[in-house]
Amino acid sequence: MKKISTLILALIFSCTMIASGLAAETIKIGFNIPMTGEIPKVGESSKFAAEMLKADINGQGGLQVGDKKYELEFVYEDNESKAESAVAVAQKLIDRNKVLAIIGPNSSKQAVPAGEICDLNETVMVSPWSTNPDTTLDRPFVFRAAFLDPFQGPVAVDFAMEQFKAKTAAVLYALANDYSKGLAEIFKADFEKKNGSGSVVGFESYGDKDQDFSAQLTKIIAAKPDFIFLPNNYNEVALTIKQAHDLGWKGPFMGSDAWGSAELMTLCGDDCIGHFFSTHYAAAGAKGATKEFIDRYQAKYGYVPDDVAALTWDATRLVLQAIQESGSLSGKLRNDRKAVREAMANIKSFAGITGNMKLDAQGDPIKCAVVVRINEKGEFVFKKSVCP
Amino acid sequence: MLETLLQNLLNALQWGSFYSLIALGYTLVYGVLRLINFAHGDIVMVGAYIAFFISSALLGKYGMPAFLPGWAVLALTIPLTMVLTSLVGVTLERVAYRPLRRKGANRLYVVITALMAGLILENGNLLVLGASRKKFPEMIDKVVYKFGSVYVTNLKIGVILTSILSFVVLHFIITKTKVGMAMRAISYDKFAVPLMGIPIDTVIVFTFVLGSAMAGLAGILFALSYPILDPYMGMSIGWKAFIAAVVGGIGDIRGAFVGGFILGMIEIMVVAFFPSSYRDLIAFSILLLILTIKPTGLFGVPHTTKI
Repeated sequence: MKKISTLILALIFSCTMIASGLAAETIKIGFNIPMTGEIPKVGESSKFAAEMLKADINGQGGLQVGDKKYELEFVYEDNESKAESAVAVAQKLIDRNKVLAIIGPNSSKQAVPAGEICDLNETVMVSPWSTNPDTTLDRPFVFRAAFLDPFQGPVAVDFAMEQFKAKTAAVLYALANDYSKGLAEIFKADFEKKNGSGSVVGFESYGDKDQDFSAQLTKIIAAKPDFIFLPNNYNEVALTIKQAHDLGWKGPFMGSDAWGSAELMTLCGDDCIGHFFSTHYAAAGAKGATKEFIDRYQAKYGYVPDDVAALTWDATRLVLQAIQESGSLSGKLRNDRKAVREAMANIKSFAGITGNMKLDAQGDPIKCAVVVRINEKGEFVFKKSVCP
Repeated sequence: MLETLLQNLLNALQWGSFYSLIALGYTLVYGVLRLINFAHGDIVMVGAYIAFFISSALLGKYGMPAFLPGWAVLALTIPLTMVLTSLVGVTLERVAYRPLRRKGANRLYVVITALMAGLILENGNLLVLGASRKKFPEMIDKVVYKFGSVYVTNLKIGVILTSILSFVVLHFIITKTKVGMAMRAISYDKFAVPLMGIPIDTVIVFTFVLGSAMAGLAGILFALSYPILDPYMGMSIGWKAFIAAVVGGIGDIRGAFVGGFILGMIEIMVVAFFPSSYRDLIAFSILLLILTIKPTGLFGVPHTTKI
């Protein structure tokens, strides 16, 4: 009896030895993404894109770093679309899961606080979708794959002035959302600079989990703006546009990149048709590597990938490239994380499927934005490209 | 200016209708059991989901044949949802609240149980149906009527009328029927009532049926007006409706009805006249002021505990 138990013990021991031996051959990347809460579709898109990339690389035997091949292991953690959960998830991925680098969070609302944690713990974080400047500001370990709001705001202003011949505008934004509030303020400042002060005739907000915007919209519509700017998440956009139509608004809407979810048209339906928003890439009419990505994603998951999916793909590839360029992994996590950060900072330009980007000293990409129109079939069609 | 005011008045009536309908459910249960049923907002959410599945099925999803026109689907969905939602409410009472009542647990524990039941409903939904939102089907064509620059939809009118009608019906049940009298009697003295031969459990079940049916109705109307469903949709409106019930004087259905409209009116009018970022700050300061002046709420009477 004793012999058997020793044997079992030895077996278990050797198994764990093999397992830990194998573990040395893997690279762990953490994903801090919203799989439940306000914007679950965003988390789903991120996860699907990452799974596709992982299958590609592991299918080729793993990631080549130096003279060794490493298998990729992706750890997906749900931040519930909440700032406080994103912080907890970042901490958990760093301490417990011992990941080499983190992708996400996606929204600035979560990326700004989570970036602080990653920077303090000296772990590379790349946010695919966050556009608020504060995410990467003075944080050497935090990077992103998306353009910034100080760039996006003027893009929306210029486009609206040209397309709608707009002289006045109104803004409705979400008060508790860093992204929405930041972009709304940038938009207002830029629009008033170009059209004189007082040209933003309505600047209204709503709170967390609000569903009724009728009072704000009544106020905005009474001010008779040339168009309404909505820098908000797609689920709120769907409700806002419907309610504005109920209140007799027939004018145009202009949106921002948070509109660009695959779920927008399911929730919004016909009400959204004909409106414009600025975003990271236009799926309809894409070419080359972008088209290849779109086709494969659509074949695998049954819908056209939204910008979050494409940006997650780019963000993850950026990190993997940095890992490869760091030369070799020592196995000592703290040193490796720093090496990846150095390699990341040394990447000066990158050809992503959301366009070519140059990375500046702050860890922000300089890249083009596109404005898309929602056509009668509910597709996001390329209208204009704006480069810095 | 006048037209904007009229438009906001209509907005406030619609928004207040939801608060009223939900506050009625809170107050019914509180009036009889002295229990704050914190799961009520989530029962509204369950009602909205039930309505979603019934109407989708009747409109020809899930392989069902679609043989009814939209208005008939709506006419069928409303009573079916109310019945099914009241079953959920009764189940909750049977499983969560009654056992505690039998053991003579302090009311505090029952309130905590209600909070937990609400969380279970939310997270159960999240688990079963997933996190992605549901788009509520449009059963009737939306018609926008225009008076000058005031716009109103047929739905808005429907919501306001329904909430007034349900108040009238509830008021009639409570003041004019035998079971209503029993409900008031239990609220007055729940130890003496069984001695008079009134089946206290039946009356409590009836209260939950009424309250949850109201929640189901609120769920459908809410989903029709704001047609995006998610598991947490009932939480914030449920809490606010509870505040409305308290301001109106919890336990009195006139209070819930009026309190709901007052809260809706304050929220909308604050946005109309002040910067919208101050909405909740100003709105709830006003409510606090009302409660400071009249701590029992507008229609409430001081409740003395007899030893």
